Amino acid sequence: MISLAGRDILHSWGKFVFTGIGLGLLIGVTLTMAGVYRGMVADGKALLDNSGADLWVVQQETLGPYAESSSIPDDLWRGIRAMPGVAAAANVTYLTMQVRHGRRDVRAMVVGIMAGGPGDPGWPPHLVAGRQITRGHYEAVADIATGFRLGDVLKIRRHRYTVVGLTRRMVSSNGDPMVFIPLKDAQEAQFLKDNDAIWMQRRRTEANPAFNRPTVPGLLEAVLASQTVNNHVNAILVRLAPGYTSDEVAAPIRRWKRLTVYDRSQMEEILIGKLIATAAKQIGMFLVILAVVSAAIVAFIIYTLTMDKIREIAVLKLIGTRNRTIAKMILLQALALGAIGFVVGKIAATFAAPHFPKYVLLMPEDSLTGFFAVMLICVLASLVAIRLALKVDPAEAIGG
Amino acid sequence: MKMSPQKRRLMALLLVLLPLLGLFAYVAVRSGPLAPVAVTVTTVASQPLSPALFGIGTVEARYSYKIGPTAAGRVKQLFVDVGDRVKAGQVLGEMDPVDLDARIRAQEAALKAARAAVRQAEAKVAYAGSQARRYEKLLRARSVSEEQVATRRQELAVAEAALAAARDEVSRVQAEIEALNALRGYLKLVSPVAGLVVARKANPGTSVMAGQAVVEVIDPTILWIDARFDQISAGGLTRGLPATIRLRSRRHQSFKGRVVRLEPLADPVTLEMLAKIQFQDEPRPMPPLGELAEVTLSLPALPARPVIPNAAIREVDGRRGVWRLSEAGLRFVPVKLGRTDLQGRVQVLDGLKEGERIVVHSEKPLSARSRLHVVERIPGVKS
Repeated sequence: MISLAGRDILHSWGKFVFTGIGLGLLIGVTLTMAGVYRGMVADGKALLDNSGADLWVVQQETLGPYAESSSIPDDLWRGIRAMPGVAAAANVTYLTMQVRHGRRDVRAMVVGIMAGGPGDPGWPPHLVAGRQITRGHYEAVADIATGFRLGDVLKIRRHRYTVVGLTRRMVSSNGDPMVFIPLKDAQEAQFLKDNDAIWMQRRRTEANPAFNRPTVPGLLEAVLASQTVNNHVNAILVRLAPGYTSDEVAAPIRRWKRLTVYDRSQMEEILIGKLIATAAKQIGMFLVILAVVSAAIVAFIIYTLTMDKIREIAVLKLIGTRNRTIAKMILLQALALGAIGFVVGKIAATFAAPHFPKYVLLMPEDSLTGFFAVMLICVLASLVAIRLALKVDPAEAIGG
Repeated sequence: MKMSPQKRRLMALLLVLLPLLGLFAYVAVRSGPLAPVAVTVTTVASQPLSPALFGIGTVEARYSYKIGPTAAGRVKQLFVDVGDRVKAGQVLGEMDPVDLDARIRAQEAALKAARAAVRQAEAKVAYAGSQARRYEKLLRARSVSEEQVATRRQELAVAEAALAAARDEVSRVQAEIEALNALRGYLKLVSPVAGLVVARKANPGTSVMAGQAVVEVIDPTILWIDARFDQISAGGLTRGLPATIRLRSRRHQSFKGRVVRLEPLADPVTLEMLAKIQFQDEPRPMPPLGELAEVTLSLPALPARPVIPNAAIREVDGRRGVWRLSEAGLRFVPVKLGRTDLQGRVQVLDGLKEGERIVVHSEKPLSARSRLHVVERIPGVKS
């Protein structure tokens, strides 16, 4: 026996299904928006996960290396490595720049990784194609989102790098894909000026009588040479030895090395609480508006659906149908509509997500919350319609 | 069979709803945390490995000669320019003598004066000698006093001493002239070897310090690469290793070479080992000194052992290992790794056996509970 609600749906199922699909697309947008927010947070966490570090040692009083610039001498890592509780320490540089490939260029975060081997802090933890870097210079591992392929030759500053491996989801907190290159090349890329700037600098130095003294041959060359060296990095990634807590290791580094140290939770706080806070609030605001609009539209649709059959309801009342039956019919219809909408929305969001330029993470928890929210909104919306239906005068069935 | 309109509608509704539900189920299983992780796998094979070292360096001349004056002065003329080939002993240029000639003339005049002084002293000695002899005769005749004779003898001795001093002065002035002439000889800038002029650092009229190079000459037949190798991957770097050299300006051409020297001093700042790699055959045309070169050294091949690609290596809980795939499922096994070659193949010393299957590439980080979907190529990777 098909219920009253079912019968009514069957009566005009096309209209009902299409209304559900329309509602579904709206729910899909809402779910996607939540996914965009989750994606931003996930990007930040992926950045921390992929660095493979437990502690980040940065320039004193900076929020480096991701949220602020930080610069420390590249020989400090040895001192850090020798501290108790440090299992591994590695220099790292981060620089967001345009990486050229042929005629196009891609915005990417160039990561300089210290010579070592796979599994060291800073190295890409896993690949989707190719191999890890084996040469100490001029090889790169790029994220698949850059669009590069294995064997492509990239141009970073004045050197050419061959792509030997590909990663997935190795992104900066802004969602820029990463390109890993050896540290020494990256240091050069980060602090190297373009050729014109170098020539101009040389001429300026030559014109400076303090450096170009006829009585001291060789001074000018020494000064010029000192201008082109760089031995700074952005941060030191530290991995803890088993049995040590991050505080135990971080405190002596802060105290004796006079550097700032962040652990995982502090770094997350910086990335999520500071770096993407405004963007996240922006999206959160949008999400709230979308949810309100969706609720209003659901209420409106159910209200209209009920209004459409107000005559039939009047007839039902006339023939003595109980109020409960009518209310149940409207409520069930609203819930069915919500269910269809949710299913369509979930499907639409899942298929749309990979096409977004930045990562969209659809979490099952979000979907579940979304489902209950949709159902709740449907129930609330149907209450209005039920109230209207119960107030209808059976006389309308004949009067009109 | 005729269906009631109600049943027809129901069928139509189900026709729309069932695919929708199917799609939903597919979406729920295939995306999100429940979705299987696409991985590529490989079988551990025993292979010989030819490790290699990769370094970069600059082209340098093994011998370079900086030619300049031994005393401060002004460059008078230069006969060669950058790029000229010179022979051993060839005069490359000349320093301006400034006052040197005048000083030599002055010394020559001084020599004449000294010689005149010698003649004068000789005359004095002759006169004093004859006086002394005369007074001695007179003393024998008792015409002069003993004291007068002693005075004459003393005058002779003084005159003889003055003569000796005058003669010494002559040799001193002569030596002085010789020294100035020698200095004049050094004003010529002479190439000690046959070679190529690579720098001309001062032009005629420039004042230079003593020891400052005016012209730089190299021996172009012996070029080498001043190469640097990161210490962490420089194990096995020794003299005599064969090398392949690629110059930045000739990327598609490779040259053969050999390690001729391993520097005993490594660079403590850049953490690099330094080695000199000499070209087997002189590259033609000659590469400019200072050009960047990439050097690949081939180490002797190692005997066959289980070998895995380096993309398979993961770090889990502070241990380095690989994900092994077996009947029992996915398991992380720590491994001990040996040498690696430039193609990214790594020897496994301990932890894996030949024939075992391991995960190479994966779409996401793996855990022991990951559901796997083994593929040839991870979706999204373009060839």
